[in-house]
Amino acid sequence: MNTIAALLTLSALLLLGSSRLRMTIKMVAFQGFMLGLLPLTGKVEHISMAVILSVCSIALKGILLPWMLAKAMDKSGARREIEPFISFGATMLTGIALLAVSGWIVAKLQNTQQLASPVCLTTGFFLVFCGLLLLITRRKAITQTIGFLVLENGVFATGLSLGSEFSVFVELGILLDVFVGIFLMGIMLFHIDKEFDHIDADRFNELSDLDLAHFDSEDISE
Amino acid sequence: MTNPWIIIIFPLITGIISLFLDSERWRKIILVVVAFTHLFCTIKICNGDSSLIESTWIGVDHLTRLFLMIVSLLFTGSSLYSMVYLDNHPHLNGPALTGLKFLGNSNAVFVACMQFFLAAMSLAVLSINFGLQWIGIEATTLASTPLIYFHRSRRSLEAAWKYLILCSVGIALALMGVFFLAMAMTSHVQLFTSAGMVLFAGYLKVEWLKVAFIFFLVGYGTKMGLAPMHNWLPDAHSEAPSPVSAMLSGALLNCAFLGILRIYQVCAAIPAMTAFASDLLILLGLLSLAVSGIFILHQPDYKRMLAYSSVEHMGILATGVGLGGAAIAGAMLHAIAHSLIKASLFLLSGNILAAYSSKRIEDVKGLLKVLPASGILWLAGFLAITGAPPFATFISEFAILRVALQTKSWATAIMFLLFLLLVFIGMLTIFSQMTLGKHSEAGEHNEVKESLLQLVTPVVFLSFALILGCYLPDFVRNTIDGAALLLGGRVL
Repeated sequence: MNTIAALLTLSALLLLGSSRLRMTIKMVAFQGFMLGLLPLTGKVEHISMAVILSVCSIALKGILLPWMLAKAMDKSGARREIEPFISFGATMLTGIALLAVSGWIVAKLQNTQQLASPVCLTTGFFLVFCGLLLLITRRKAITQTIGFLVLENGVFATGLSLGSEFSVFVELGILLDVFVGIFLMGIMLFHIDKEFDHIDADRFNELSDLDLAHFDSEDISE
Repeated sequence: MTNPWIIIIFPLITGIISLFLDSERWRKIILVVVAFTHLFCTIKICNGDSSLIESTWIGVDHLTRLFLMIVSLLFTGSSLYSMVYLDNHPHLNGPALTGLKFLGNSNAVFVACMQFFLAAMSLAVLSINFGLQWIGIEATTLASTPLIYFHRSRRSLEAAWKYLILCSVGIALALMGVFFLAMAMTSHVQLFTSAGMVLFAGYLKVEWLKVAFIFFLVGYGTKMGLAPMHNWLPDAHSEAPSPVSAMLSGALLNCAFLGILRIYQVCAAIPAMTAFASDLLILLGLLSLAVSGIFILHQPDYKRMLAYSSVEHMGILATGVGLGGAAIAGAMLHAIAHSLIKASLFLLSGNILAAYSSKRIEDVKGLLKVLPASGILWLAGFLAITGAPPFATFISEFAILRVALQTKSWATAIMFLLFLLLVFIGMLTIFSQMTLGKHSEAGEHNEVKESLLQLVTPVVFLSFALILGCYLPDFVRNTIDGAALLLGGRVL
């Protein structure tokens, strides 16, 4: 379990530092695989349920979603992330700082409660922070989608390492929701590419209250 | 006794069917039939007893009754309005799925997603298990995103993208909250439901519950449109088709609110937690009121104005629940009244948009002459939404304010009044600009007749809000009081 957690942490750091979109998608796929293996490593009560969950998780997060994102990337012709709001090196340093913060939070939590797997919980928090960082600092809609996926992975890892026992139906439902969410984002990536000729979400500025001069209702289609 | 699962499964199935249907007419008939069936089943469920409260997954208590009734009523109203709306906005009329090819740009997607949306909201309201409720609330986001993108314009695309990303991230944080809440349980607590946890409140670990509440508040608060996390709301509500805006504002925000209420219900059972949770709710509530007050002044777009007004009312709800006591009952009444009135206003704004083809306030002049019926209702809606005396919003806001004064929280009371006044001034200027004035000044407007279907929902909803303000029927009063008692409040 700790090995997987360490690998997840490394992949997240690589994600933060890499400018190539294909690389980030590969990293997310890798994370999906590792997360799929995670339920099998802990204390397993119903082995069949754990296997179902693991298989579904790998199929969706490790294979299907990365494949779809890769397709969206090819269609839009975007290869690299343009210079983010914070440079890649700085993002990576921030990432390391966030890792320290996650470790600190978990250490604090351990004072109040015996945790099943502190390393894994640290990873969970770290992935959540990484996802948020990606969402905030990157400009392309596709990297924001990836950021959201990393965030979801982090929540998933947190849940597993806390050992909160949900029934398998709830877990599957959550997985399904996340899948459909990313799927919708994927579809919208195509549309954004078609409508705006770019997938830079930071150039979304038609709807804003702060920029009233820009307010001309060019295509109110109602 | 009707099985509550019906009203979740049924719209799901009919929604899938309507994806494949070829005939526009049949799809519309299905939509209306589903709406009225849902309403009928909801009434039956709400009349039934609360025996299901011991169950693991879904159950009916007073909170469920209240919010389920709102969802069902609003969906019925919006689906009636959608009949006309779809005629005026013909997209592709074929089925959405032929073979494996997906034609997104179609009325079939609208009709189907409306029904998925209904199913998701029913699930979110009915589920008492925290995990299942999360699934339901996330599903509402997914089902409503295609609805916001119905017009396929750049603006609606931008709005839908913001909505999907912000709400998904928010709700992902709420999932963290669900995990932390699970950590707060000890072996004494059998069920992962609010009722089950209240029963064994003494055995919960308070520290984890605190963390969980913060995550719930931030996560579902994003969806509910509480102030620092409200950015998606004005965009989504103003770009969505009017019947969808009505649903989003009146029903969806309440579903997210229910998500917060469920964990508040647990917090209210523990004295050490109540003050903590209440303070946070009041803080976010007042912040929402402030933000909406500022942005409503000089708002150039009347649909955005309505959207900010939703932020304001969510702020009122949060403040009301935070104040506790009878203010909780006031907030419950306010939730009903706000849903009915805001839905009417959004539907009316659809009529105005159809006539003037502009969302800019300065383009709309002489509404009373151009659209007499809509104009009068628009004014009535203004009085209702700002809490003028005969309407139910007056009673609820007054109840909240009274509690604020009784508990001597002077700062809260003063800010509450001040921001309400600010909103009132902002809305007064906007509504008077729109209804008065000669329409010739504004130039062109389309000659549209106001059809009965466009007006019946606002008329009915506004008169409900009026009646509730004068006289609370017993079943409404019982539901509101029951819900308030569940949340540790007092009767109205």
